[in-house]
Amino acid sequence: MSIRVENRVAMATVEELKLRVRELENELIKCKQKRCAEENAGGSQKHYRQRIEKMSAEVVDSNPYSRLMALKRMGIVEDYERIRTFSVAVVGVGGVGSVTAEMLTRCGIGKLILFDYDKVELANMNRLFFQPHQAGLSKVEAAEHTLRSINPDVSFETHNYNITTMENFSHFMDRISHGGLEEAKPVDLVLSCVDNFEARMAINTACNELGQIWMESGVSENAVSGHIQLIIPGETACFACAPPLVVAANIDEKTLKREGVCAASLPTTMGVVAGLLVQNVLKYLLGFGSVSHYLGYNAMQDFFPTMSMKANPQCDDHYCRKQQEEYKRKEAERPKQEVVEEEEVQVVHEDNEWGIELVSEVTEEELKAASGPKPDLPEGITVAYTIPEKEVNTPAEEMVEETEQSLEELMAQMKRM
Amino acid sequence: MADEATRKAVSEIPLLKTNSGPRDKELWVQRLREEYLALIKYVENNKSADNDWFRLESNKEGTRWFGKCWYIHDLLKYEFDMEFDIPVTYPATAPEVAIPELDGKTAKMYRGGKICLTDHFKPLWARNVPKFGLAHLMALGLGPWLAVEIPDLIAKGLIQHKEQQTNS
Repeated sequence: MSIRVENRVAMATVEELKLRVRELENELIKCKQKRCAEENAGGSQKHYRQRIEKMSAEVVDSNPYSRLMALKRMGIVEDYERIRTFSVAVVGVGGVGSVTAEMLTRCGIGKLILFDYDKVELANMNRLFFQPHQAGLSKVEAAEHTLRSINPDVSFETHNYNITTMENFSHFMDRISHGGLEEAKPVDLVLSCVDNFEARMAINTACNELGQIWMESGVSENAVSGHIQLIIPGETACFACAPPLVVAANIDEKTLKREGVCAASLPTTMGVVAGLLVQNVLKYLLGFGSVSHYLGYNAMQDFFPTMSMKANPQCDDHYCRKQQEEYKRKEAERPKQEVVEEEEVQVVHEDNEWGIELVSEVTEEELKAASGPKPDLPEGITVAYTIPEKEVNTPAEEMVEETEQSLEELMAQMKRM
Repeated sequence: MADEATRKAVSEIPLLKTNSGPRDKELWVQRLREEYLALIKYVENNKSADNDWFRLESNKEGTRWFGKCWYIHDLLKYEFDMEFDIPVTYPATAPEVAIPELDGKTAKMYRGGKICLTDHFKPLWARNVPKFGLAHLMALGLGPWLAVEIPDLIAKGLIQHKEQQTNS
């Protein structure tokens, strides 16, 4: 037993050392960059500008905000300066997230909180924002460095960790609920720019619990479609309310070659999706135009399907259901107003009349047994997969048997095997 | 979905009952017990079918798992360390199994050596929440991945047999 314990201690130390090595590597890369920059500058004056206390609408070459403030003069945005009062969390600083952060930085957002656990690699260079000399740096650190030099008026907070693990998730929740421009206030918006289901579900869980409004974004693994989605807990469908909504690619799955690759990516599709996302963010925060609940982008046909979906009363996430009750209560209390006509598509359980399935290599009966009701969705939008309705009991299946053994005994038994 | 042998192996893994994740205190312990029961049964089944191919253990909270998996090719045993964290959203989302030592050797991996599962795995997992557990993840995720990738990596000369493994 004691050997085990020592082993654990030794493992922890190795982990710590690895972390330290990474820190030092980052330090080294930064030093190199600094020297490089100094050499390039060759004594000429720095290109960094001073912080600007108040946004000016004055149209002069030296005013970085003149073209943004012009939106006010043109009557598009009522009060553009409000942008400086908002704090936005960007989760995932990859192909979409980095461009999203750059756009918000250039727009003069008040505060950005960046989350990512990845580091910049040369394999990322087919996307925008990061540069080859940043390879090896953590994405959040490299991003902060570039963004700060673009606009020093923005305050930045970065977190280099994986939000889906137990050790980081509570900290992540804490930063969402206390990361506002005034500390102890929640952020104004969370943007999901992650590339995997697990991280989206983690953001969804956090935002449902906190009642935090967020926007989801995504690019398909074949790089030719994408989407953005606004999630208002309790009101619009959360990420767990239905199987993931995807833009129908109109590509025959059988002709799609997946051999030897996990994901493709294009700077174009990612740039378009980041643009759609930040446009929706600006409209939402500054109150102009209409804010999209779901906007898809099909790059093959240049088709942009839109829709709106209400929260599912049978959602698996109980905080989502709780938020729905809260929303209903608030709606009932609210004095009746003139309802703005809006097309709402509800999750109606209908037959799978399209018969389109993303799962190939599946036998017919398997498909039949495994496919469930498909929500009624507008043309061009579908679900990644369907889930059969829950059966009350499944007697034919063998469940784990009850035992008297404690968890510790079971762990020990497994270890002896 | 999978070949006949995998289907049979999966059908013999007991299903789990408790729908709880690592953030649920007492219920998670119950879920962990079920996870271990299912894993023990699966390893026993594998042994009796002469197809023993992995070992797993966890930290005491059951949030971090590590172990070994191996693959026999041309009568030689190739063994790898594996690891994964239980995501906070488990069991709604499956953990991402990683084999760090193979990172960079195959395109069917994400950063950090996380194996890239087929398109079928996620829908299959989603349809079987909370009945599927880590034993199912091994049988339907890691097992088929090794069966496809390891022979390929050997053929490409990207992994060599470690001599000492023949004796183990």
